[in-house]
Amino acid sequence: MKLISLTIAGLPCQVQEGITVAAALSASGQDHCRISVSQQPRAAFCGMGVCQECRVIIDGIQRLACQTLCQGGMKIERSGNK
Amino acid sequence: MNNVRCEVLIIGAGPAGMAAALAASESQKHIVMLDDNPRPGGQIWRDGPAAVLPTLAQFYRQAITALDNVTLLSGTKVVAQSGPQQLLYENDKGCGTIDYQRLILCCGARELLLPFPGWTLPGVTGAGGLQAQIKNGLSLQGERVVIAGSGPLLLAVADSVTQAGGKVTLLAEQASVTSLARFASGLWHWPEKVRQSLRLMNRHYRANSYVLEAQGQQRLTAVRVQQGGKVRTIDCSRLACGFGLVANIELAMLMGCRIENAAIAVDDMQQTSITNLYAAGECTGVGGSELALAEGAIAGYAASGNIASARALLEKRSKWQRFAAAVSQTFVLNPRLKTLGTADTFLCRCEDVSLGQISRHKGWTAAKLNSRCGMGACQGKICATAARYLLDWPLPQPRVPLTPVRLETLVNLTPQPPKDIN
Repeated sequence: MKLISLTIAGLPCQVQEGITVAAALSASGQDHCRISVSQQPRAAFCGMGVCQECRVIIDGIQRLACQTLCQGGMKIERSGNK
Repeated sequence: MNNVRCEVLIIGAGPAGMAAALAASESQKHIVMLDDNPRPGGQIWRDGPAAVLPTLAQFYRQAITALDNVTLLSGTKVVAQSGPQQLLYENDKGCGTIDYQRLILCCGARELLLPFPGWTLPGVTGAGGLQAQIKNGLSLQGERVVIAGSGPLLLAVADSVTQAGGKVTLLAEQASVTSLARFASGLWHWPEKVRQSLRLMNRHYRANSYVLEAQGQQRLTAVRVQQGGKVRTIDCSRLACGFGLVANIELAMLMGCRIENAAIAVDDMQQTSITNLYAAGECTGVGGSELALAEGAIAGYAASGNIASARALLEKRSKWQRFAAAVSQTFVLNPRLKTLGTADTFLCRCEDVSLGQISRHKGWTAAKLNSRCGMGACQGKICATAARYLLDWPLPQPRVPLTPVRLETLVNLTPQPPKDIN
């Protein structure tokens, strides 16, 4: 099993190669991805790119955590209400 | 812009898309297959670090990789119809147009996700949604999981949960014992399914059971369920809910295809109401991977002009259409599920619009104008499907772009001439 290094909300971590950003967020102990319009935490929900609940900022670009594979050096930030 | 041309364009690389590509490739035509996931296989044959692909899925994957007239564009989303026989797409590398002569829509299905109190809490997911995440590397070591909803998918999800180290504490199926018994007694018509169901049977499976509420503050901690005549509260950290599947028809609606029974209408040769436009798999009606494979192959042969080979598959398709009909009869949803959500339960998760806020409106236009319901990032794909079931509102006509995209992609949309308004 190959491990790759990335950061989640500024904290360095190592994850298994081939997993999605949503799985990496969950493994970090905090699976929430964004804060909703009424300030509630939301996490990956449909798991297949439809519901958009898992949108996060990866290297400055908004992407879906459930459809993005982790890459070495990625900087993942949870998103506010955007 | 990276513009592409092909003779046959296939949208979706699940079983239907792969079968269509393999069939159409026999004609030596140039085929492009476009898929929004990072890896091919669709929802059922989703590959990932924790997925074990069935032999049949591996066969299709390898067969397609070996063909030099099939190009697979993974991680790529359809944005719009940008001209006659032309679609605009976006992926990580940028965007572009694809010109095609024949198009086969194999857009699949998504879960019907219904609102109930607490359904927005982290820890609550779709049933297939949890399975997808497990295959993509989510570990459930030591977690207690409740699975609730309806249909054969729930059993497959329970199997994935156990393999990922989780403990299934309840598998709540809303269908009645009578319906399930009738279904089981007819299953011998499809021996493959008897073997599959025996392998997947779970001792926590309960009929006549459904979720009432997900509880927790910042995250799920417990679930309240109706189990037969009793109400139980079960501690758990995950709740996976799926109330059956709904066809992905937005692209077909945008292109003007005739829709029938909430799915893309097709003829014997899988052709839609539009010439040169075919559809196969669950977007034409939910029926499982075997039916999707048969339909995909028929569409692939028909779209590449090989009608004889398409005809040879009609009986196989009928066999799995009969199975699909038996499944849909068995797992008809209990109308009680329409009343799970309360006035302050959110229907629209993107804009946090509650059921109470929209129940006073007559249809989508009024609901959108007054509450922004269905106008968020998912563009109504979750709430409009739920509202179709709960309120009988037809899905609103989709708008371009079909999915949130970058500005650099949007600027490539050709302005359409205004329509005459009489």
